[in-house]
Amino acid sequence: MKNCEYQQIDPRALSVSPMSAQNRAEMKAQRSRRKWEVFPGKNRFFCDGRIIVARQSGVLPLTLGLIVVTCGLFFAFDCPFLVEHLTVFIPVIGGVLFLFAVISLLRTSFTDPGILPRATPEEAADIEKQIDTSGSSTYRPPPRTKEILINQQVVKLKYCFTCKMFRPPRTSHCSLCDNCVERFDHHCPWVGNCVGKRNYRFFYSFIISLSFLTSFIFGCVVTHITLRSQEGKSLIQAIQESPASVVELVICFFSIWSILGLSGFHTYLVASNLTTNEDIKGSWSSKRCTEESGNPYSYNNIITNCCVTLCGPMPPSLIDRRGFVPLVEASPAASATEIELPPFLAKNDSNMCTRSTKDVLARMVHAFDSRGLCPPGTPKTTPVGVEVSSSPSAGCPLFSRSSRKRDSLHSSNPAFRLASPSPSLSRNTMILGEGPDVGFIPIP
Amino acid sequence: LRPPAVSSKVFVQRDYGSGTISKFQTKFPSELESRLDKQQFDETIQTLNNLYAEAEKLGGKSYLEGCLACLTAYTIFLCMETHYEKVLKKISRYIKDQNEKIYAPRGLLLTDPIERGLRVVEITIYEDRSIGSGR
Repeated sequence: MKNCEYQQIDPRALSVSPMSAQNRAEMKAQRSRRKWEVFPGKNRFFCDGRIIVARQSGVLPLTLGLIVVTCGLFFAFDCPFLVEHLTVFIPVIGGVLFLFAVISLLRTSFTDPGILPRATPEEAADIEKQIDTSGSSTYRPPPRTKEILINQQVVKLKYCFTCKMFRPPRTSHCSLCDNCVERFDHHCPWVGNCVGKRNYRFFYSFIISLSFLTSFIFGCVVTHITLRSQEGKSLIQAIQESPASVVELVICFFSIWSILGLSGFHTYLVASNLTTNEDIKGSWSSKRCTEESGNPYSYNNIITNCCVTLCGPMPPSLIDRRGFVPLVEASPAASATEIELPPFLAKNDSNMCTRSTKDVLARMVHAFDSRGLCPPGTPKTTPVGVEVSSSPSAGCPLFSRSSRKRDSLHSSNPAFRLASPSPSLSRNTMILGEGPDVGFIPIP
Repeated sequence: LRPPAVSSKVFVQRDYGSGTISKFQTKFPSELESRLDKQQFDETIQTLNNLYAEAEKLGGKSYLEGCLACLTAYTIFLCMETHYEKVLKKISRYIKDQNEKIYAPRGLLLTDPIERGLRVVEITIYEDRSIGSGR
């Protein structure tokens, strides 16, 4: 296996080489592609980039199926009886809640959660250059963290090796989607997408409306069976007359505990302007015995926090899925496709190496039950290609099991091939804790 | 006529001192010293910061928009342009204007931060081929 080293951005490669007229003509003849077609993360796009989902849809079909089936049974079997005996508003309320829940669910699943586009090669080079304080022109890999002051509190910003930038505060890299997501809450398998800045409000309204829906259906079904059994029949007889009600009861009973619990938990998070990620890691827990929670983002007012999180301005999607990839550009990204520059070729080789390293590591991680054994922080920082250390390094990467790369889509833009496995801060790996930075060994 | 070659790019990073709001550092990059006045640079960045603050402002109008959206199960976003998007259009007009008036005559080009994921303000420095002032 080849030696995987951290590949510094070669500043010479960034200067533009003049394109021949023939190349320019060839480029113009190419079909202009939309940016979603060359998107480096693990996402899938539909409707020409309008809809974005995570690569693994998780159990979204199951979630949808459960909701639709339960409500279908409710409308078909319980509503006729209840309309007759109680009021016609029961199916109306049920219908409204059902629509609200399904629309919120679909919005959560199909909305860009706040993905940060990866840094361009020039940006990445610039960051590397800034780190070297001695002012010499040598380029070294950036340190893993940078400390800044936010509202008089020290906050550490981490460097993302995949996206080649220092992550903004509250941003986290989701290994399942291979993207940095702003205000990362968690990756929800039920919804099949990350929950972040842009879709948290949809997620919250989904779980709230689902809580109301399940409680409502549960209450109505109980009323239905009670009313039936009161008409001189026994409970067993009542159940036999309406077996679908039992199915609904079982589904609702088991869902209510988890959904109400989740709603309560997220209501607490919204009121204190926290994310699930921060809460689980205990970023702002009462390590200091002050009255304030220590959360620099909180407005220390429940109503303000709620308004900000749920009713604040809707930020735009930063990845511009439907924009066109610029064909004629004075940057190495476009020119390198036509003119083969040796540094880029070398990078491609190392990235092939990285990819195969990643696959091997993924298999090893899978075999050893990922929680216990952590591969080194990034293979690119250690001289030996594949090595599994027993000490957990900070931000242990959790390689996705389905790490199929869309090679055809990556081939046109080597800028995106500068990706390397990054320290993951998805929910699973948070349990491993944030140890000191051991995984980083600069190449002399 | 060959287009001017890019000599280098300068990146103005984000300033997170006040939290996660979009704000850029006003530190004057040394590479621009020969081309641009510090004051002009400051003014550009400050105006951009103010525009982003306007986009992300929390107040009655944005809450109203949020509540209305919630009541319509967020379907209203499919047909209505949000306040943020309107301000973004304003920002790109401002940047175009600044480029035409101030930056292009000095051989510089401002890139709209939205094209870089609101991470940086990228200023491209073109090589100065004329003997006098910039193109």
